[in-house]
Amino acid sequence: MIWNERIECATREEMRIIQSERLSETVKRIYHSVPYYRKKMQDAGLTPNDIEDLDDIRKLPFTTKIDLRDNYPFGLFTVPMSEIVRLHASSGTTGKPTVVGYTRKDIQMWAEVVTRSLCMAGVHRNDIVQIAYGYGLFTGGLGLHYGTENLGASVIPISGGNTTKQIQLMEDFGSSVLCCTPSYALNIAEVIKEMKVDINNLKLRVGMFGAEPWSEAMRKEIETKLKIKAIDIYGLSEIVGPGVSCECEEQCGMHINEDHFLPEVIDPETLEPVAPGEVGELVFSTITKEGLPLLRYRTRDLTRLHYEECACGRTLVRMEKCKGRSDDMLIIRGVNVFPSQIETVLLNMSEVEPHYLIIIDREGTLDTMSLMVEVQEQFFSDEIRKLQELRLKITKQLESVLGISVNVKLVEPKTIERTAGKAKRVIDNRSI
Amino acid sequence: MLIKQLSVFLENKSGRLNEVSKILGDCGINMLAFSVADTSEFGILRLIVSDPERACKVLRDNDFSVNLTEVVCLNCPNEPGALAKALQILSDNQITIAYLYAFSTGDSANVVLKPDQLEECIKVLQEHKMELIEASTLYQI
Repeated sequence: MIWNERIECATREEMRIIQSERLSETVKRIYHSVPYYRKKMQDAGLTPNDIEDLDDIRKLPFTTKIDLRDNYPFGLFTVPMSEIVRLHASSGTTGKPTVVGYTRKDIQMWAEVVTRSLCMAGVHRNDIVQIAYGYGLFTGGLGLHYGTENLGASVIPISGGNTTKQIQLMEDFGSSVLCCTPSYALNIAEVIKEMKVDINNLKLRVGMFGAEPWSEAMRKEIETKLKIKAIDIYGLSEIVGPGVSCECEEQCGMHINEDHFLPEVIDPETLEPVAPGEVGELVFSTITKEGLPLLRYRTRDLTRLHYEECACGRTLVRMEKCKGRSDDMLIIRGVNVFPSQIETVLLNMSEVEPHYLIIIDREGTLDTMSLMVEVQEQFFSDEIRKLQELRLKITKQLESVLGISVNVKLVEPKTIERTAGKAKRVIDNRSI
Repeated sequence: MLIKQLSVFLENKSGRLNEVSKILGDCGINMLAFSVADTSEFGILRLIVSDPERACKVLRDNDFSVNLTEVVCLNCPNEPGALAKALQILSDNQITIAYLYAFSTGDSANVVLKPDQLEECIKVLQEHKMELIEASTLYQI
């Protein structure tokens, strides 16, 4: 089923008209209500009247995570807090998280795009949807939740973790749809096998997986092990959360809900648009959001766009699976981690020199992060206990900042390679 | 009475201990006693050498994390019950030991001790007529 056929199957010209109107309205609203944006536009010699057509978007300055950080927490909101009904947050590049505020209308819009996504994946109102994304500040859980309710399917709001119980409810409640990170899906598949549950007794048929990069090989593995169709759903909290785009049953790229999120693809070096069909950095302008509209927000995700009509009948532009990042952000077990966050923690600890190396592995189905820290003269002790205390201290501080566990390894000085140029801080051994 | 002990941080990987002994050997520094304390990932090599200051410098020059710690070295007869007697004295005086290791030469046994209260430990042992080895003597063994 196509949830909103008028939009999802609109002609390119119809879509262009919708986008143009919404863009110019958004620009006006932001210009008049956010001093920071107004100044940015004035500095670029722009007034809202300069943005009349879709192509005028290129005149606008970009927005980045730095802008969000500089206006932490609510500086870029375009409405008073009395209009904000929900706050979510994700990792920032340093200590402060990125905060997103939603008005009631934003929440409805978000539910709409998630409902469209579920329909793209072939989910319908008779389905029982087990939402094993985390509920909380992370947008995964609540995003899928509202969209599923809006569709009219039944929600099991189990949140992440407690895998045995996940499987028990799958059996007892007959869950037909599973929503979680792809690595957690594989983890669930393993535990199903360990528990000797017969996969044929489960009613699972569709998985909505996102929040971390995953390969076609991983898709095949999940589909075989869980006997389901594995659908890729994409989103980032700054833009809205899951539902920015989603694959249809054709599994040939994720349809962007472009009547709400206007995409561009740019060269991350020159910041100029790439030729159609070329890989570049994905940039979104939110053109209906009220709480935190963002203009030309740089996602740092690298991908390419396809404008041809899809076999499913939808005309919404499709983006390919992300091919990497134009910054150094890592996604570990669905959690965004920046090496700069780790550096900040180490710099704040007087005992440690900021020579470190992050090693990411995938052990079985779970991502693990190890951090090698050099033991410097000044905090080296002849007592094991003191070194272990130091290791524990680093571990705890990192966990509280990053929100994931880190295996800290103390290594000898000069073990970590010094380079004249940009230091190599990350070794990612995952085959994604 | 205070002995300078060298401590070296070592990762658990093959060849590291060998490297330390080679560096010291090449400099003509003799290793008199040592012990390795290990965890699953790293270890600490503790050494008594003939020239601790110089050993420290050459190891640092070779990018090892090294420090010098003061310890005491107890000399007791190489016979049953000798160590127990010394430890009883420390225990009776509420002096705890972080670690110790021993080596024997002929009739005498030498015990390297790292107590929590160094001065107090020396005082108590001397009061009980226990023999502590002078640094200058030890380095020449």
